Amino acid sequence: MIGLVLRRLVTMALTLLFISALVFFVIKLPPGDFLTNRIMELRAGGEAASVAKAELLIRQYGLDRPVWQQYLMWVGLMPGPAGFSGLLQGDWGWSFEYDRPVAEVVGDALWLTLVVNLAALVFVHVVAIPIAIYSATHRHSLGDAVVTVLGYVGLAVPGFLLALILLFYANRWFGLSIGGLYDAQFTGKPWDGAKIRSLLSHLVVPTLVIGLGGTAAMIRRMRANLLDELAKPYTVTARAKGLPPTRALLKYPFRMSLNPFVADIGNLLPHLVSGSVLVSLVMSLPTVGPLLLEALRSQDQFMAGFILMFVAGLTVFGMLVSDLVLVWLDPRIRMGAR
Amino acid sequence: MVECGDEDFVSPLLSIRDLRVAFRTEAGPFEALHGLSLDVARGRTLALVGESGSGKSVTAQAILRILPRAAAITGGQILFEGQDIARLPADGPAMRDLRGQRVAMIFQEPMTCLSPLHTVGDQIGEALRVHTEASRKEARARTREALAHVGFPDPERALDTYPFELSGGLRQRAMIAMAIILRPALLVADEPTTALDVTTQAQILALLARLQEETGMGILLITHDLGVVANMAHDVAVLYRGRLVEAGPRDVVMRAPGHAYLRALLHAVPRFDMAEGERLTPIRAARAAIPPARSGAPDAGPILRVEGVSKTFTLRAGRAWDPPRLVRAVADVSLTLPAGKTLGLVGESGSGKTTVSKMVMRALAPDSGRVRFDAGAGPRDVHRLGPAELFAYRGQAQFVFQDPYASLDPRMSVRQILCEPMEIHGLPRAQARARARELLAMVGLEAEALSRFPHAFSGGQRQRIGIARALALEPRLLVLDEPVSALDVSVQAQILNLLKDLQAALGLSYLIVSHNLAVIDYMADTISVMARGRIVEEAPRAALFRGPAHPYTRALLAAVPDPSLDHPLDFAAVTGDQSDPARWPSPFRLAPDEAGAMVEIAPGHRVRHGAALDRRVA
Repeated sequence: MIGLVLRRLVTMALTLLFISALVFFVIKLPPGDFLTNRIMELRAGGEAASVAKAELLIRQYGLDRPVWQQYLMWVGLMPGPAGFSGLLQGDWGWSFEYDRPVAEVVGDALWLTLVVNLAALVFVHVVAIPIAIYSATHRHSLGDAVVTVLGYVGLAVPGFLLALILLFYANRWFGLSIGGLYDAQFTGKPWDGAKIRSLLSHLVVPTLVIGLGGTAAMIRRMRANLLDELAKPYTVTARAKGLPPTRALLKYPFRMSLNPFVADIGNLLPHLVSGSVLVSLVMSLPTVGPLLLEALRSQDQFMAGFILMFVAGLTVFGMLVSDLVLVWLDPRIRMGAR
Repeated sequence: MVECGDEDFVSPLLSIRDLRVAFRTEAGPFEALHGLSLDVARGRTLALVGESGSGKSVTAQAILRILPRAAAITGGQILFEGQDIARLPADGPAMRDLRGQRVAMIFQEPMTCLSPLHTVGDQIGEALRVHTEASRKEARARTREALAHVGFPDPERALDTYPFELSGGLRQRAMIAMAIILRPALLVADEPTTALDVTTQAQILALLARLQEETGMGILLITHDLGVVANMAHDVAVLYRGRLVEAGPRDVVMRAPGHAYLRALLHAVPRFDMAEGERLTPIRAARAAIPPARSGAPDAGPILRVEGVSKTFTLRAGRAWDPPRLVRAVADVSLTLPAGKTLGLVGESGSGKTTVSKMVMRALAPDSGRVRFDAGAGPRDVHRLGPAELFAYRGQAQFVFQDPYASLDPRMSVRQILCEPMEIHGLPRAQARARARELLAMVGLEAEALSRFPHAFSGGQRQRIGIARALALEPRLLVLDEPVSALDVSVQAQILNLLKDLQAALGLSYLIVSHNLAVIDYMADTISVMARGRIVEEAPRAALFRGPAHPYTRALLAAVPDPSLDHPLDFAAVTGDQSDPARWPSPFRLAPDEAGAMVEIAPGHRVRHGAALDRRVA
């Protein structure tokens, strides 16, 4: 077991290293970068002092060096002008656009992203699993048909559209302020009780919006999986033993039908981050989605690179979690892994 | 009811009266049981016999009230210990109390009937914990007892194993332990041994008989195997299309079958006491257009020679630093198949017979040894053929699969299935289509079948399509891997006769692989018996069945339940694992990794002896 985790950790590290190279070179592919673009702009405007500052930044971040050296410095495998200072050392670089360190810009957005998306994740499972169980055990009933239709609607409605509609009515009926994750008055304030309460009330709509598509998809898949498992002979065995229906259902077919979802955790995490970009934009949520979009557009390389690495890290971590949970959940995998 | 007066005196354990079960289908209600009546007495076994679709499994499910959702009891009574359980709510507390406690069931597929995610101990003990107040500890102790009772070698360890770690026989023992842990009054066994090897089957049957003697439970044994009926049943009931056509004490029913269906069934299964050249009589005759026998010089040499092939599989090591585990699947196997003849390869699961058949087809490469095929142009090593020669070999050697449900692509029409091999081998489309019609007629199917899809056909019809596909390229050699073991007993005879007729007409050579000795006996000219990857005995068919020399062959033969009442199984003789070479008596005993040598004891009859004898001879 420990051997398995160690092996996985080594693979994870190698994967992340590979991804970091990919991310960096893809960001560098388009000609120019944020600073050279800026310098051209400044030169055109005749601002010599600013040009000098930008050129200083270029030297400071080694942007005048070959790309592979820039990469190694960014990761922290090679000393830059300020010694070893890269991702490995915890220095996430400088955001040229905001003219502040990436860590500072991203700061709150990072964990707010996690909060919003974890809330959506919990919502998806809490809502989808009971509905799917009902739908599978009452196949072809009226309730099943209603759920199915609602599921298709949920799948088909674009998240941002729903976001707009909900924002409008939430404000009209419940007086919830539009957009954001907390009231405007809390911006920049330290986190206290009032701000957290404000966050919680603002979380409801984004959770619903981000989670709905996922919920519909999960109901469909869970229902199909469960129907397959319900037809398996061991379900009949459980009934023949005299188990009460609910207990038999939860212990045997339901547990079997969980496997594909556990295996999917690794995909789910990054999808929630990148999948909620549109919704975040529409609802002006202070999450990393809009930041990433902006950074990519303006070639703010360290900012974009860091966010992409964050998503990659989330994926790899999710894979590890799902593998470990599968090993714990399924003895067939456990025996194979030992 | 007619019989009243002494009702209480001889009141049967289970009494089904005029039971009707109907399925809701898209085409309207379909009645699966039309008024079935039967009794199971305490301490006795009633065998319920019938082909698939006759309603036997529906009867079992109705008794436990675990019918599929689409089915419902529409009439009649199921009196169990005097209570009409047909009127109880299927999942209500009263019915749940009976299930698993007073009435228990075991199923055909011990693998899929146990959950792979829970330990054997957990699943068996659960029956106890549902019905009694037993604590986890007590349940564990009683589960251990139950496992010991059904013959687990190490019950303590078995508690914490998962079903997929056990052999098929042990899994079925675990199912039985689960069923009998609360000492039910009635055990419903739905084809309990159909998925098992013949020796394992005999052991499970012996176990059921022993448990019945000890606990006095009534058994409703559902089977299509008349050999099992002859050896297990006290009473027999024959079901045909949802109706009881015959019932009574075993000896009466089996010796003088009154109904034509049972008489037909008795003649449709291969038996050991068949006369030389006797043909099976299929229950429903098929009209196959067998082409006239081909004339032509018989081939000179054997069409297939397997020369000393070995195959070792490597199991993935658990930890990186462990040496990989090697499993020797096939060790130095040699076979000779004369042209136009049939060679039978017999053995239990895991004996390596399927691996050999795959190496003949070049689906697996042997570690050593040669497979030489000779279609008249001189012997060639199949595993050294170049691409063009291999392409030609693919047309000359074809495979018929065991499972006709899984081996036909459900998305291809029969025409596509039959034409595909011909198109691959470059036959013009018009010719291929004409040949497809011919092939269908050859296997006894109508030309309308061409545009239909596999799901429209029964198992037997699908197997015909599989055979037609195999014949499409006019092969010389057919490898038949358990060609009838997935089929209903009522159509086995049709398929076996068809294969025999096609062989005679087309001059085909067959390599038939099976664990069913009666099928091999009916089909093969010479037989090779495999155990643990080695051939232990080979002989002409008659010699092998008349005078089996090797203890393993004898064990296999002794374990076959014969439908004739005059040859009962000797349950005492089938206990223990007969496939372990270290436990064979001298001179057959082989030390671990010892190869031994084949010794000819009669012309063409060779048996593997261990070194013990060699020393004495020398």
